[in-house]
Amino acid sequence: MIQGTASRNRPVYLDANATEPLRPAAREAILAGLEQTGNPASVHAAGRTARIMLEEARRQIATAFGREADSCVFTSGGTEADTLALHGFARVEGRPVLMGATEHDAIRKAAPDAGIIPVDGQGVIDCAALEDMLATQTVPPLVCIMAANNETGVYAPLREVAALCRHHGAFLHVDAVQAAGRMWKQDAFSLALKDGSLAGASLALSAHKMGGPKGAGALLLPEDRPLPPLLPGGGQERGRRGGTPALASHMGMAAALEESRKQDWKLLEALRDELETVMIQAGAIIMGRDGARLPNTVSAVLPGVAAQMQLMALDIEGYCVSAGSACSSGKVSRSHVLEAMGQEEAAGQAIRVSLPWNVAAEDVKAFGQAYMLMAQRFAERGVLKRASS
Amino acid sequence: MRILVAMSGGVDSSVVAALLKRQGHEVIGATLQLYDHSGPAKPGACCAGRDIMDARMVAERIGFPHYVIDAESRFRESVIESFADAYARGETPVPCVACNQGVKFTDLLNMARDLGCEAMATGHYVRRVEGPDGVEMHRPVDRDRDQSWFLFATTREQLEFLRFPLGEMPDKAHVRALAEELGLDVATKRDSQDICFVTNGSYAGLVEKMRPEIEGPGDIVDEKGNVLGRHEGIARYTVGQSRRLGDIHTGTGERQMVTAIDVPSRRIIVGPRQKLTSDESRRTVRLRDMNWLIDAPAEGVRCGVQLRAREGLRQAIVRPLEGNRAEVQLEEPALPAPGQACVMYEGDRVLGGGFILA
Repeated sequence: MIQGTASRNRPVYLDANATEPLRPAAREAILAGLEQTGNPASVHAAGRTARIMLEEARRQIATAFGREADSCVFTSGGTEADTLALHGFARVEGRPVLMGATEHDAIRKAAPDAGIIPVDGQGVIDCAALEDMLATQTVPPLVCIMAANNETGVYAPLREVAALCRHHGAFLHVDAVQAAGRMWKQDAFSLALKDGSLAGASLALSAHKMGGPKGAGALLLPEDRPLPPLLPGGGQERGRRGGTPALASHMGMAAALEESRKQDWKLLEALRDELETVMIQAGAIIMGRDGARLPNTVSAVLPGVAAQMQLMALDIEGYCVSAGSACSSGKVSRSHVLEAMGQEEAAGQAIRVSLPWNVAAEDVKAFGQAYMLMAQRFAERGVLKRASS
Repeated sequence: MRILVAMSGGVDSSVVAALLKRQGHEVIGATLQLYDHSGPAKPGACCAGRDIMDARMVAERIGFPHYVIDAESRFRESVIESFADAYARGETPVPCVACNQGVKFTDLLNMARDLGCEAMATGHYVRRVEGPDGVEMHRPVDRDRDQSWFLFATTREQLEFLRFPLGEMPDKAHVRALAEELGLDVATKRDSQDICFVTNGSYAGLVEKMRPEIEGPGDIVDEKGNVLGRHEGIARYTVGQSRRLGDIHTGTGERQMVTAIDVPSRRIIVGPRQKLTSDESRRTVRLRDMNWLIDAPAEGVRCGVQLRAREGLRQAIVRPLEGNRAEVQLEEPALPAPGQACVMYEGDRVLGGGFILA
């Protein structure tokens, strides 16, 4: 039906926040890791070689965030890193939990009774509300804030949040899954790292959101400190996470992170901004546009058109984008992120376009065209509501 | 053409999708998620959670996109709630008709149009025939699997857009052979036949849970109000049934049947079957929410009518009335259940139908 949107690459992958394409350097590192027979815990020569490679990956990752190597606990991914932080700092050490209203399910589902810190209409944490909540806590809590939101790309005001937490003796855990592999020096996350705001915070990382492999991640602790494990196992990771580490995957993670820091994110941001202009012309409303955002993320509402319809229409034309959160069955549900931003109606009508690190400019253009044609058809069918201006 | 296939995850709709794909159409698969599947899946019903996965696997293997459509709230309102409401009025609803009418042939069909599809296909056993005066609905070739009674409420506009490739299949073996030829796993799948959302075996239990005001025992009385026995709950009874009447048959000396359900007094009213089925005053049935698949003839139409899902035709004359209603004059007396469908046939062709009024 939609014609003239032919693009060189099919399908066109624009769902980087779900998972980034593998970076070539990560692929090489993984292959090198797979060649290693030794278990890093073994005392013999093969084990020692594996150990050195694992520790090099650990050092690389920790250093990128200004930490000592042994503060890095390798995990199976971001969800495990978040769950481990909540398990150790909240459940075992007895802190109540406060979390941002737009946190990922990795945090939300691990602490269902947490106090919810509201966000404003742009998705930014309400620091005044956080301060009030902190002031009324009798026990210093664990505060969980995501560095950048997976759906809107909106950064949290981490410096302010960290200062409030320090002031009230609260422990801060930052889900940095989306932000960590997209640091461009002047972003809110990098700045908070650089000025030491996050020195006392733990950070959750995920390899595949950086262009590394799926199934690897890390929890960066403020320093080398003990942490009650979720998986005691054989006492690996200094007793903080049992099980043989996924050497190849963690090597891939380190390589991906290093590559991500060399990327010119400004180029991607320019492509993203151009695309948003086209989408707005087509009738879209961009969520969180007034705040500081990840350079690659668009959260676009097409008024009146169910997100699912947009996903299907675009997928049929060969474009991979996403909406809200997809459950395991593939059913598209409403976005709790947009609901928290006060966008009740829009929460079922938003799609997320997230440009991958290797996106081709012509693919972004072609997508803009396809989006435009889709919006036109929905308008013709009487589904799309045009904003009255 | 671009065609959306409503896939349940079962053999039939999988065969439809594969067949259309093989014919060179641009197939888009869609499976409706009608309720939460976190509970145990019910084998043999059409919409269990694993069926969604099965549909996905079929789409992936054959090579066309497949989507899961969240229709939970709409299904709850338009099918499950109205199912319970009908029982609470003393009627016997047909939820499959409500589902086909609303969730499938309105919502999903509109979705297909929105996606630029030129048609929507399902795995139903019914034939769509291009007649001289437009599109017609006919019984399928394989009479054992006839679903036309459940599809009578399909409008002519919907029918125009719909395709039912299985309507032409000679028999089940043929479909199975096709499934095998297309590489679809059929041996392990049962046919669906029950009410899909009743997951613990008892529709009455579900209705009573949803409408607790009608739960509980009551009297079984004759037409004069004499108490003949007790019953377990009105949701377990349908007008016309003779089962579940305990020893009343022997007590009264003749076979009894339910003639009415009185909700406020929670009474089941019975009468002698022999007398009722020959009662000449019981030859008129009124219908609501008529769907005509022909231009409704003011003078009425002589045709066969089917008053239940599994029973034969009765000869009748059906006349349209104001307000989308109709009056059915049966040749022989009958005791149809309010809420059930009365579907009109002329030969193989479905002429229309409506819901039986109390």
